[in-house]
Amino acid sequence: MNEITNPKIILKDLNFHYGSYHALKSVNLSIPEKKVTAFIGPSGCGKSTLLRTFNRMYELYPKQKATGEIILDGENILDAQQDLNRLRAKVGMVFQKPTPFPMSIFDNITFGVKLYESLSKRDMADRVEWALRKAALWNEVKDKLKQNGTSLSGGQQQRLCIARAIAVKPEVVLLDEPASALDPISTAHIEELIHELKKDYTIIIVTHNMQQAARVSDYTAYMYLGELIEFGNTDMIFTTPKKTATEDYITGKFG
Amino acid sequence: MSKLFPDTRLKRQHLLDLAFLNITRLFAFLVFAILAGIVVTLLIGSLPSIKAFGFGFLFSPEWNPVTDQFGALVPIIGTLATSVIALLIGIPASFGIALFITEMSPRWLKRPLGIAVELLAGIPSIIYGMWGLFVFAPDFAKIEPWLTDHLGNAALIGPLFQGPPMGIGMLTAGLILAIMVIPFIASVMRDVFEIVPPLLKESAYGLGATTWEVVWHVVLPYTKIGVVGGIMLGLGRALGETMAVTFVIGNAHELSASLLMPGNSISSALANEFTEAVGPLYTSALIELGLILFLITFIVLSLSKLLLMQLSKREGKQS
Repeated sequence: MNEITNPKIILKDLNFHYGSYHALKSVNLSIPEKKVTAFIGPSGCGKSTLLRTFNRMYELYPKQKATGEIILDGENILDAQQDLNRLRAKVGMVFQKPTPFPMSIFDNITFGVKLYESLSKRDMADRVEWALRKAALWNEVKDKLKQNGTSLSGGQQQRLCIARAIAVKPEVVLLDEPASALDPISTAHIEELIHELKKDYTIIIVTHNMQQAARVSDYTAYMYLGELIEFGNTDMIFTTPKKTATEDYITGKFG
Repeated sequence: MSKLFPDTRLKRQHLLDLAFLNITRLFAFLVFAILAGIVVTLLIGSLPSIKAFGFGFLFSPEWNPVTDQFGALVPIIGTLATSVIALLIGIPASFGIALFITEMSPRWLKRPLGIAVELLAGIPSIIYGMWGLFVFAPDFAKIEPWLTDHLGNAALIGPLFQGPPMGIGMLTAGLILAIMVIPFIASVMRDVFEIVPPLLKESAYGLGATTWEVVWHVVLPYTKIGVVGGIMLGLGRALGETMAVTFVIGNAHELSASLLMPGNSISSALANEFTEAVGPLYTSALIELGLILFLITFIVLSLSKLLLMQLSKREGKQS
């Protein structure tokens, strides 16, 4: 396994339970800063569960519990003292399906920003433009910022959601199968965008599309039945995996 | 080659389909026919009164069967005031109930709470009326002096809370109505809050929003049509509610600025006086009251549609 020299997030003995179901089994992992890390594995392997521990999204639901440590910039985010809102400002998330809020495109972007910063009208407009440019959506929507976010196409909506996530200037962006509901062209847009974004952000992407993982990620973690089977450089995982289980999965023998 | 469907059978199916189509159309148009019938009947019935009093009927507080002088101002104000009070209290309370059930309540409490709210809607209005008159009003009479002391001298709203504590009156009627509309509004709000996609809420939580921010900025805008619909359902009940209001409003045709004083509502005036209405003009005036109630409901419904259009304009066009 390649050594990660500049880890942004370090998982130590992370376990996760849905009620009595043991969904993540003692996961240890270091996620490098300003790189794209992909989690792959068959359905139910725990990759989405793992992703949802990074912003403690699971806490919305009763009976879900994570134990162990997730160290983000030296702080254990599973600590009860951790301020959830601050954590979520630092760790943005984009979901399987586009989820524009029922408001204008402009307001969609400002929603998160307003929670943390009180910007002047002008600064806010600059921020909106900045975020939309980052998400490669500005040219398509600059003339209709007042329109409802739901009026955009699926691919545009998903880029709007990415813009919304980065508008609050997070450090980590979690992508939970961000292209699974999109057509191939929109998917290509999103993948290009991921390439652009890794200059500034640590990106973690869950995908069940192995080609996508190979295309967009620098590092790949293969998971199976709640365990981390193998983690390493994406090229290595896809060409010379160390474990036969990984090889079986990526060559399509099973999964 | 044998045909899968012989011509006769196809023809019969076609005929049945046509019959079905026309029957559904008939029922749909029946709604219009009934509506038109009611309006026409009310109009004809109130013609003598309209001729005698004209538009003045709407603005005259006088209601004197002995001299045959009738005006609708007192019952109109009573109907509107009690309904406004009911909504002022009912909307926030229902919002809280629905919010708690959908967002905060532990799972095991959700169903019992939901059922309790629905049962509240099933209580006959006469029970609310009797409870209001025999239980609530006497106790409320003890609170009224406190209201008068603390709010009676306030600017603007002061005059609303002056007068002798009688227990019954427009405020009492409004409060009883509030209890009656809460289950309607709360259960509709709960239903629409529950259809908000979890991912949408997670997106907002994921940006670091608090439960309140998620509900106020995401859940409520997403469900606004349903919420306004629920409020209108409640308002419809409040405007037309007869029995419970008749018990506690005091049934006095007197104009008073104070909500603590007895008043009258359109529906309770009708319920109380129809049987004893002598003379064509008296009856006709009561029918005109009914027509006015009908118009008020119509206007309120139209306003709610207008409100929704306004709201969707403000948040941007839907494509």
